Amino acid sequence: MKLNKKLITSAMIAAAAAFSISAQAEEVTKITGAGSSFAYPIISKWATAYNKEKGVEVNYQSVGSGAGIKQVIAKTVNFGASDAPLSVEDLEKNGLTQWPLIMGGIVVVANIPGNKQGEMTITGPVLADIMMGKITKWNDEALAKLNPSMKLPDMVITVVHRSDASGTTAIFTNYLAKVSPEWKEKVGEGTTVNWLSKGNLGGKGNEGVASYTDRIKGSIGYVEYAYALQNKLPYMDMMNSAGKRVAPTMKSFGAAASHADWKGTPGFRVVLTNQSGDDSWPITGSTFAIVHTNPEKPAEVKAVLDFFKWSMANGQAAAEELHYIPIPADVAQMIEASWAEKIKM
Amino acid sequence: MITLENGPAKLAKRAQNSGVLGDKVFRGTAFFFAAMVLAVLFGIMLLLLKEAWPTFAHFGFGFFYHSEWDVVNEKFGALVPIVGTLVTSLVAIVIGVPVSFGIAIFITLMAPNWMKRPVGIAIELLAAVPSIIYGMWGLFYFAPWFANTMQPLMTDTLGNVPLIGPFFQGPPIGVSIFTAGVVLAIMIIPFIASVMRDMFEVVPTELKESAYAMGSTTWEVVWKVILPYTKAGVIGGIMLGLGRALGETMAVAFVVGNSLELNTGLFYPGATIASTMANEFNEASGLHMSSLIALALILFIITFIVLSIAKWFLLRLEKVQEGSKT
Repeated sequence: MKLNKKLITSAMIAAAAAFSISAQAEEVTKITGAGSSFAYPIISKWATAYNKEKGVEVNYQSVGSGAGIKQVIAKTVNFGASDAPLSVEDLEKNGLTQWPLIMGGIVVVANIPGNKQGEMTITGPVLADIMMGKITKWNDEALAKLNPSMKLPDMVITVVHRSDASGTTAIFTNYLAKVSPEWKEKVGEGTTVNWLSKGNLGGKGNEGVASYTDRIKGSIGYVEYAYALQNKLPYMDMMNSAGKRVAPTMKSFGAAASHADWKGTPGFRVVLTNQSGDDSWPITGSTFAIVHTNPEKPAEVKAVLDFFKWSMANGQAAAEELHYIPIPADVAQMIEASWAEKIKM
Repeated sequence: MITLENGPAKLAKRAQNSGVLGDKVFRGTAFFFAAMVLAVLFGIMLLLLKEAWPTFAHFGFGFFYHSEWDVVNEKFGALVPIVGTLVTSLVAIVIGVPVSFGIAIFITLMAPNWMKRPVGIAIELLAAVPSIIYGMWGLFYFAPWFANTMQPLMTDTLGNVPLIGPFFQGPPIGVSIFTAGVVLAIMIIPFIASVMRDMFEVVPTELKESAYAMGSTTWEVVWKVILPYTKAGVIGGIMLGLGRALGETMAVAFVVGNSLELNTGLFYPGATIASTMANEFNEASGLHMSSLIALALILFIITFIVLSIAKWFLLRLEKVQEGSKT
């Protein structure tokens, strides 16, 4: 009898084990994500290619970073995407982990008669003064000193910003807050801020800002690099934190990413604005993917990790086509190591 | 024989019975649908109040008259969007009502017969154009043209008039409170004009012809016969247009400039309640979200007040008319 009982128990354990194995082997064919609109074009492009190759459907909603974080905490989606990294405390409190999934550059565009792409240059503090309405005319001394070879007109500056809450604004204002104490105190940083310049103007989406700056003489705005290229807007060069003049290129965005201290920052909490390095573009940002560390359905989180692993290995060309900067190989290794360490499978 | 005597009576009775039942069912269903309208209305009000409560608790009455809207530091005041909503609608009404009036009078009194139908149909078609199309037209065609031609002209002339001069100042960028008002005017003209036309058409021919027979000019017929006869309907049509102007979202968001700062000049960019909500809803949370919903509640109240005023007008008119009859 005793033997019999033992037999039954072990049979039951075996059955349970077999069952759990079969449950794990059950393939996840659909994963869901929500968040950043900055990363939406590249995630949806990857998703299409990934679906073709692996047959797994990635359903990503571009609802905004804040909403993405909320949804992943509420477990209504498998992963969230945010343009601003969460703090380490917030990650631990909600049982989450994050890593950068894509990077991109933001450029300053200005509509001054006769100004060509890359002809003008500007420093962070001067840019902040313009955005706050402290510098109101294009022939201001501060601008003239930076651009001695240019004939700047006696024209009122119209500040153009995003009217919708946006990760692009968050990255841009984060940079201004870093380089100008006054901006930090009076305006601060966020997806929507209080623009102090008189007569400031809000355009909906990158395309809204691009179309206003294209049309209104004397305007200045900020857009993702791809939009400035598409609309042939005259973007400016910038002085970076090393005091060097840099042009916005995929190379200078990449330089900012490579100078960042990914290893030494817990939770990959690196904000790429105002990075050191002679060739770094100062207004560079990244979007972070967020998942639960102790998921209820490990198979689904594993499918999410598989997707991002695939995107880091095979998605560079697609990213560069859309003028994003893919994650460098060494950072990708760190990210995969962090998954193994943090996420319980 | 029995069938002959009883059959029809029985049938009639059954028919009556089923009629009674059908009546009851119909009445119940109709009552249910009507009650649902009230339930939805109160449901929306309650929900808005509940969600907006944190804002009112935090800022108190100041929410209505503070002009600061600072998301980063969580300081919210609704003055700029409220003023923007009222001013854009006012501009729309000031421009839209006379134009609609002219259109309606022309169609009913002056247009040759072959023109009446095409113009009437064209107006109704304009009313069916989606608002985003007006918005894009406003942004890409009207705003640049206005900035380069009309606005400098208005600033140079009206801008120098004492008292109202400051209203006609602003940077020549074309997207502004005033532009939004003009686009709104174009959007509400079809509504107001078609209501007015329908009203003018029901004026009895005898009245008009008697007036003409006594030697009245068209002008006198319009002012002394048609307008007094149709006052209530005309006001109703204007209120319908005003209601649309107050709540319009997409077209306004395109041309109003989306700037939350308070300016006296109509040519400065501004914001309305609806455009602010459309712009900021996607990433709002906490007090910000609550403040946006408080804005929605305010818009609800403004529309309610507008409708009440219209109703009060109509009631007063009816009383006056009854009084004059007896």
